[in-house]
Amino acid sequence: MSMKSSTRQVDGVTIVDLSGRITLGEGSVMLRDQVRDLLSKGQKKILLNLGDVNYIDSSGIGELVSAFTTVKNQGGELKLLNLTKKVHDLLQITKLYTVFDVKDDEAGAVKSFS
Amino acid sequence: MSHKQVSYTLDSTLETVNNAEETASRMAAEAGFGDEDVMKISMAVREAAVNAVLHGNAYDPGKKVTLAFERTSDDLVITIRDQGKGLDPSKIPDPLAPENLLKTSGRGIFIIRSFMDEVEINPSQTGTEIKLVKHVHG
Repeated sequence: MSMKSSTRQVDGVTIVDLSGRITLGEGSVMLRDQVRDLLSKGQKKILLNLGDVNYIDSSGIGELVSAFTTVKNQGGELKLLNLTKKVHDLLQITKLYTVFDVKDDEAGAVKSFS
Repeated sequence: MSHKQVSYTLDSTLETVNNAEETASRMAAEAGFGDEDVMKISMAVREAAVNAVLHGNAYDPGKKVTLAFERTSDDLVITIRDQGKGLDPSKIPDPLAPENLLKTSGRGIFIIRSFMDEVEINPSQTGTEIKLVKHVHG
């Protein structure tokens, strides 16, 4: 299943609901384009909801990292929500779990943005 | 368990990466691995295939990727070979080092080593061969 995304606004935070696979090719490019589009519109509080992302490869992880640093460099915040076990375990073994701000509750995640 | 060997020669495309992953998933399941190990094996193969297609062969349509599976009673052995310049494993930076943590690439080999029981990387002037082994009995 290729990646799909949709966005919604909650209390000034843009929630990006992602589903499918974030992998080399279509998935990783879509994520990159989505984040760039949001930043171009001045939307700098971004919550990536990965609850329906069932697979990510190292390219997808690279895109998450790229999105994180790009948003941060533009004075924004990017956080992750609802990691599946697969994604959680990969971020842990690559030591990225402590780099990202990972949340498991949407309301709490939205409130945590500055 | 019978001994089984199968080999494929594939183009340097993204489709090959997806096919390699699917084939690995199927072979691992047939070999009797549980769901978690099937996931680990197929992901390791995917990462190796990405390295072969993207970094080794640079999507060159004139260069091929060879993917071989060998199943014995003890192991599933997967070999991926590209026709690139040869990867020097000693030059792969540690993705866990603080200075590399926020790099957007460089995690493929690390993931492969994390998920497989044995990994051999054999570079040569005609390409790189990576051999992945998962023991059937852990």
